[in-house]
Amino acid sequence: MSDKNTEIYEVIKEHLVGRGIDAGQITMEADLAKNVGLDSLDVTELTLALEEHFSVEIPDEELEGLVTVKDAVDLVAAKAAVGA
Amino acid sequence: MSEVAIVTGGSRGIGRAIAVALGAKGMSVGINYRSGADEAKETLRLVEGAGGEGICVAADVSSKEDVDRMFSEVESAFGPVSVLVNNAGIRRDGLALSMKDDAWDEVIAINLFGTFACCRRALKGMVRARYGRIVNVSSVAGVSGSPGQANYSAAKAGVIGLTKTLAREVASRNITVNAIAPGVVETELTTSLPEKRYEELIGTVPAGRAGTPDEVASLAAHLCDASSSYTTGAVFVIDGALTA
Repeated sequence: MSDKNTEIYEVIKEHLVGRGIDAGQITMEADLAKNVGLDSLDVTELTLALEEHFSVEIPDEELEGLVTVKDAVDLVAAKAAVGA
Repeated sequence: MSEVAIVTGGSRGIGRAIAVALGAKGMSVGINYRSGADEAKETLRLVEGAGGEGICVAADVSSKEDVDRMFSEVESAFGPVSVLVNNAGIRRDGLALSMKDDAWDEVIAINLFGTFACCRRALKGMVRARYGRIVNVSSVAGVSGSPGQANYSAAKAGVIGLTKTLAREVASRNITVNAIAPGVVETELTTSLPEKRYEELIGTVPAGRAGTPDEVASLAAHLCDASSSYTTGAVFVIDGALTA
C-alpha cells in the first residue's frame, strides 16, 4: 500500500475506533455495512470526516459504489491525487 | 454540565419566550438575532433572571457562513449544541398575483433555507453525540394556507416537510425533530396589524383571544426536554382551535 493509502486507511480507522468500533474489524477487505456495521448515516459521517481531513469533495452519487474499506481508501486517494 | 441550546430569532416575541423557558430549565442559550442587538441583550437578562446563562450572537440564518460562525461561537462558549430551536422568520405579505420575486426569495431564504442550514450544522454534532432535540417553528399558515402569504405559507409548509424528513433520517440516533405551528400569537407580527384587522382575526379564533409567546414557549420547551424522546416527526398546532 502506498504511503498515501496507508494514511487514508489510518484516518478511517481512527474515525471508526472513535465511534466505538473494534479496530480489529477494520481491515481493508472489510465490508462497511456487513462487517463493520455502518449504516448510511455512519458512512455519511465518515465521508464528511475524510472530506475535511484531506480537503476533498466526495459527491453523494459516488458513495453508492462504496462497499469495502478499500473502496473508501481508493476513492479518497483518487480525489486527493486530482487535488494535489 | 448544562445542556446547550441555540434559539434563532431570539431577540423578541416567541423566540425570546422560548429562550427564557430553556434558561429556566438550566440550559446555556445562544440567543441569535439579526438586527435587534439591544432586544437580544434584554432576552439574555431574562434568561439569566430565569436561572440560565447565555450569549447573544448576531447572524443571518440565510447565510451558511453566518450559521457556521454562530454555532462555533456558542460551542466555544458553552460546548456542543444539543438543542436547536429554529424560530427566525420574516413576513413580506402581498397577494400572489402581484408578489415580487425578491419578496418570495427573501422569505424562502430566511424561513426555509435558514432552518435547513441551522439543522444541517447542528446535526453534525448531534449525530456524533447520539443525542439532540430540534424544534422548528412553522405556522398554521403552513398547514392551512393564508391569503396574502404565498411566500410565507410555502416556506412554513416546507419547514414541515423538512422536519418530517430529518426526523426519519436521524431517529436512530436519539435525535428528535418536531415542528410547532402557532396560530395568532401576541407578537409584533400580529399586533402591528391595523386594530380592525386584528380584531377580525381574533374573531375567527374559537378561544376568543390570541395566544401568548409564553404559551408557545411552554410547548417548545417540553419538546426540547430529554424526556420527550419518542415524539419526533410531529407537527403540533397551537392555535386556540383556529384550525380544529
